[in-house]
Amino acid sequence: MAKVKDITRRVAILGGLGGAGYLIAKADSLTMGSGFQNVARVVEDWTMSAQRGLMGDRLAREYRASDISPFFKPNGTYDPGTDEYNGHVAQNFANWRLRIFGLVDKPLSLSLAELRRLPRRTQITRHDCVEGWSAIGMWTGVPMSLLLQAASLKINARYAVLRCADNLTGEPAKGGEQSPGQYYESIDLRDAFHPQTIMAYAMNGKPLDVAHGAPLRLRVERQLGYKQAKYVESIEITDSFSGIAGGRGGYWEDRGYEWYAGI
Amino acid sequence: MTERGPVAIDSRPENENWLARLRAWPRRLWHEAFGRVSEKEGFYRHGALVRLTHWINALCIIFLLGSGLNIFNAHPRLYWGMTGTDADQPFFSLGAVDTPAGPMGFTQIGAWQFDTTGVLGWSMADGQFQPRGWPSWMTIPGFQSLADARHWHFLFAWILLFNGLAYLLYSLWSRHLQKDIWPSGADIKAIPRSILDHIKLKHPTGDAARRYNVLQKLAYLGVIFLIVAMVLTGLTMSPGFNAIFPWLLDLFGGRQSARSLHFISAALILLFVIVHLVEVVLAGPINEIRSMLNGWYRIPQDHSKDRE
Ligand code: HEM
Repeated sequence: MAKVKDITRRVAILGGLGGAGYLIAKADSLTMGSGFQNVARVVEDWTMSAQRGLMGDRLAREYRASDISPFFKPNGTYDPGTDEYNGHVAQNFANWRLRIFGLVDKPLSLSLAELRRLPRRTQITRHDCVEGWSAIGMWTGVPMSLLLQAASLKINARYAVLRCADNLTGEPAKGGEQSPGQYYESIDLRDAFHPQTIMAYAMNGKPLDVAHGAPLRLRVERQLGYKQAKYVESIEITDSFSGIAGGRGGYWEDRGYEWYAGI
Repeated sequence: MTERGPVAIDSRPENENWLARLRAWPRRLWHEAFGRVSEKEGFYRHGALVRLTHWINALCIIFLLGSGLNIFNAHPRLYWGMTGTDADQPFFSLGAVDTPAGPMGFTQIGAWQFDTTGVLGWSMADGQFQPRGWPSWMTIPGFQSLADARHWHFLFAWILLFNGLAYLLYSLWSRHLQKDIWPSGADIKAIPRSILDHIKLKHPTGDAARRYNVLQKLAYLGVIFLIVAMVLTGLTMSPGFNAIFPWLLDLFGGRQSARSLHFISAALILLFVIVHLVEVVLAGPINEIRSMLNGWYRIPQDHSKDRE
């Protein structure tokens, strides 16, 4: 007769092998389930806590002018193409304005010329797409910290939500509410006040072109490409993004990608 | 060759008919797999923590390889250096092109290009042919989804990290790594002999079977090194981690080089796993796998002289 200890060990071994076999056989249908998606969110939290604990306010690497990629691949939207946007392009964005509103004491509305008169930062950084490719570009823009300080944040401010002019209707949203195709992104104040987080209006020394997000885009270095929202029209300061579009804080986030895109 | 495997505990009379023998087979397999091996026949070969971490690691590797290939499909091209996009020449790529004879899947390595239609570059998924780096049956999930593959990848990357640290710290502390895996001077001198043994598919018996042979030790050390390399090259692709340890970028020659090295290390791990499994089968799979499940290993006896 086998001892109790032997039996528990067999149960553990067979249970372990069975569990592993189940995971492998069922991986596809598990992927679609909410259980797995919730696990993924817990893992994202670990990654974010671990990275932020280790990185503090450290800067992303900055490169030399000779490192700038001759071809910087545009991705996502190449041209928003709406009547309104085409009108702005025709007028060289002379009547375009960036609005900053939400949990602020002094909502702002700034023209491109006004933005260009503010203190600026230029940085040569590497852009890493979630797909796997990388390119180096030089960006010039206004530090987001200056804009938010000027708008004077309320005590409960937590996120900066950026809404964009482009509409990528293609891919259906995943889980939660159906998200409309309007591109948007969000970052929290820790990233918003990082010295390399800028609202860029120039790339490689020239005004931002349409393919790369004219007239204004976000650069939040230390995160992947989909965070670098192009064609930004407004910055709303909120305490949560759960009520916006699909509720996950960004166009790609609503389609299953991580909100924390540091990896 | 017939008596290479372990002697069955539950030996039946020779004259029993084949049907009865067949019916008894599951019971014998069960005994073989879980029955205790006596101290005379064998010994306790693998400690509990090594066994547990081994199987967790194997599961992690399966999921990391499968989800990694799905992630790779989002941009199935490899470059060297800091940057690389569609405008740059990859040293390895999978893709599809239109030809007069219809779409063709290709695999490109340096200056060579191979037609791999149906498997690499262009293959069947969700009931229709489509451009797809690695085919559906190799990837996790089987359907193309960068977001979901990343979730699987990071989940198992974390598990692999903690599991690997547990294994390494325990193995250093218990001196398992130093005693059982690190090759001795005598081992190094025995390399040529061990190579010959492997070519002849000769496996150690008696006392020699109590230790790993030198090629086995080197293979295990190699795969431990590769897994460390996987973790480091993986982290080097993370823009967040680049801000933490920028020197990793220089160590691996840039972000795209790190991505390529990540891929090459994964391919070498796959090669290890294939050889590893072949060796397990050749050395007697039931005895080998039992030793990795409940720890007990039966020492193979040398039967070549019995027949004299
Ligand atoms: C899923 C299929 C696998 C099976 C059936 C298997 C089986 C085994 C067996 C039976 C042993 C003991 C060998 C002996 O006692 O001589 C072993 C050891 C080992 N295996 Fe595997 N293995 C598998 C997957 C893997 C994978 C994926 C890796 C790593 C990538 C791996 C790495 C190792 C290492 C490093 C050892 C030595 C452990 C030590 O002594 O510390 N195995 N494996």
